[in-house]
Amino acid sequence: MPRFLLPLLCLLALSPLTAPAQEATTRFGDGATSFLMRSTTDIGIIRPVMDRFAALNPELTITYEQWGSNDLFDLSRDDCQSGARPADAVLSSAVQHMVWLVNAACGAPYRSAVTAALPDNRRWRDELWGVTTEPAVIAYNRRLLAGADVPRNRFAFLDAMRARPEFFRKRIATYDIAESGLGYLFAYADSLEATTFGALLEGFARVESVATCCSAEIIQGVSEGRYLIAYNVLGSYVANANLPDVGMILPEDYTLILSRGYMIPKGAAQAGVAGRLVDFLLSDEAQAMLQRAGLVTQMDPAETGLAVSARRYVPLSPTLLVARDANRRRLLLRFWSDTFMQAELP
Amino acid sequence: MSNLRPARSLASRVVLTVLAILLFGGVLVAGSTWWNGQQAARQSYDRILVGAASDIAESIRIRDGAPLVNLPVSAFELLAQAPDDRIYYAVTGPDGQRVTGLDDAPLIDTPTRGADPVRFFDAALNGEPARFVQVTRRFVERDFSGPVHVTVGQTLRARTAMTRALVLDALLPMALAGAALMVFAFLVIRSALRPLGDLVEDLSRRDPHDLTAMPTDRLPSELRVMLGAMNRFMGRLDGQVHAMRNLISDTAHQLRTPVAAIRVHAESAVSEPEPEPRQRALDRLLLRTRSLGTLLDQLLSRAMVIHRTDSAPRAPIDLREVALDLMDRDDHMAIAPGADLRLVIGEDPVIVRGDAFSLGEAARNLLGNALRHGQQPVSIGVTRTGPEAALWIEDAGQGPDASVIARLGDRFNRSAASGEQGSGIGLSIVTSVATAFDGRVDMRATDAGFRASLIFPAEET
Repeated sequence: MPRFLLPLLCLLALSPLTAPAQEATTRFGDGATSFLMRSTTDIGIIRPVMDRFAALNPELTITYEQWGSNDLFDLSRDDCQSGARPADAVLSSAVQHMVWLVNAACGAPYRSAVTAALPDNRRWRDELWGVTTEPAVIAYNRRLLAGADVPRNRFAFLDAMRARPEFFRKRIATYDIAESGLGYLFAYADSLEATTFGALLEGFARVESVATCCSAEIIQGVSEGRYLIAYNVLGSYVANANLPDVGMILPEDYTLILSRGYMIPKGAAQAGVAGRLVDFLLSDEAQAMLQRAGLVTQMDPAETGLAVSARRYVPLSPTLLVARDANRRRLLLRFWSDTFMQAELP
Repeated sequence: MSNLRPARSLASRVVLTVLAILLFGGVLVAGSTWWNGQQAARQSYDRILVGAASDIAESIRIRDGAPLVNLPVSAFELLAQAPDDRIYYAVTGPDGQRVTGLDDAPLIDTPTRGADPVRFFDAALNGEPARFVQVTRRFVERDFSGPVHVTVGQTLRARTAMTRALVLDALLPMALAGAALMVFAFLVIRSALRPLGDLVEDLSRRDPHDLTAMPTDRLPSELRVMLGAMNRFMGRLDGQVHAMRNLISDTAHQLRTPVAAIRVHAESAVSEPEPEPRQRALDRLLLRTRSLGTLLDQLLSRAMVIHRTDSAPRAPIDLREVALDLMDRDDHMAIAPGADLRLVIGEDPVIVRGDAFSLGEAARNLLGNALRHGQQPVSIGVTRTGPEAALWIEDAGQGPDASVIARLGDRFNRSAASGEQGSGIGLSIVTSVATAFDGRVDMRATDAGFRASLIFPAEET
């Protein structure tokens, strides 16, 4: 099984051997009550929103810890199972982890008029709420790819790769799904969505696409012209990178839309504040700020040109448990690596 | 004491009873509805569980000698029909080793595995009650054989919600219907009891001396029965009052003449200087006084008879005993000393329903009349003819004129022929007794003379 072991070995090599630790920590406010928030969202992106919340609640000292999604999941699960003091609020883009945690009774219920107004696919059990709206986009280099050449949907993308394999060789990037939780989630959603997934993987393999780990690196590569097209990049990262050479497309056949999951861990010391925070995050004011930060994309068809029927929300529902299933994951990873490897051979 | 508590009205009693019945029925229906709803919810969601578990079991493949589960999303979409419920799933191999599952550690202890390919059980899932199903699929492959168990579980929120919804859906219309029934019952009871209220009002407005019957038409039959009883009671009361008035006026009427005669005789005796006429006046005075005594006896007897016929209980009486009593008494000796009396009775008892004293008085009066006005010998007889029993007095005379017979029994019937001795009261006693015991008086001439009979319906012996 060498083909299969390779990604796992990569994963092992990349895994830190020491205990996981947060990537960064920031404090907002200097009130008497301490409030701990753990998130996968970059502090730089969400800072204005947290500043505003701290200003509205001067009694709080908010400690904002930024984590990698897998570490955050492990930590939250351990806290839940050991009964250690959890964070007061957890916000993660790896929604399959959040669904797992809520399913394992690690969340505390909260209900308000604001959370009740959320659509079903952005709320589960009143313990998990989707606070952002972020499409998975095709990013491209504006300089190197003329407007007419930009694929508007996956079929056009496939056709382009078939038509000009030399042009695209080693210049298409996507997440390495073995390493990136987000990449895996999108690949999983793609695999459910359409048969184009297999064709896409084959196409990627044929043009020797690059599977890499990190959003920032992918977007930087597109901007610099190393990659012509990056597939399934989170739109919010593209928007935040704010690079003039990087354009983005919402695929017209269907666009995956991710909503970051917010939950209040069971036993949170400041559950009440956490409830206020989710109400605030869902308020018009915070949503407008999140929109400026790129975390909320207006999905109005008039603006995006995307039909309502083409929106595919990653629903906050127990079906996401399938994404975390070990067998299922193994099968998907094997399919992924098989396709990539086979294509490389001829 | 119960008297301390104000008596509840009939309406409130009925309304409370209806309410109690409705509440009791409501509790029963609610219980059964809840049970039904629970069963329905359990069945439908159990089916979902089995569907999901079978779906997962179908997706198991044997690869490289080990089971591998390509977990189907459809199974979880099925489970997501209960959108707010937590889910558990685990797939285990023949030796209990884990193939895949929600968590690394098995969370649920499955009960002893039976032979049934589908087994349900209840257990707690992360501290929340949940329902589980285990489905077993047996593999016989070249490189793997044995059972693979799929356990799928789900918390009970959706079931509870469905039960509640079913119960509410069923109970809400029922509660409304119950309330409507209460209102209807109240209105019906009120309208049903309205005649009673009218009756009460009628009674309270009534003149205290008004003993006439109350109208019973347009009344419910139950009330009619009650009112009928009341009317009969008032009728008896009325009769008694009438009898009393009659007695008083009769007595006054009957006594006025003899007392006046006695006064006249006494005055003439006092003013008569001659011893002989004085003696005659005194004799007449004595005669009048005796006659007054008899009159008083009769008046008393009549009052007694009238009182008893209304109030004394009726008992089976053998008329022969009445006749024997009459023979044995020596009242008639005062009227006709040494009279020739005969008794004509049979072997069998002749039973009627009545009051012995009243019958005796009536017979005594008939006998007195026969002795006074008839000719001896006088027979006292008892006969039974078909359904009728008769007590009769027969004398050998012609009897009175037909015109006299026609007026017999009337009050104040003191004809010229009856002379000073009779008062007419005797026969009125006889007719009173006869009518009181559903009988009649029969007077007719016979071969032997004149017979006066008291005829009653005979009792079977």
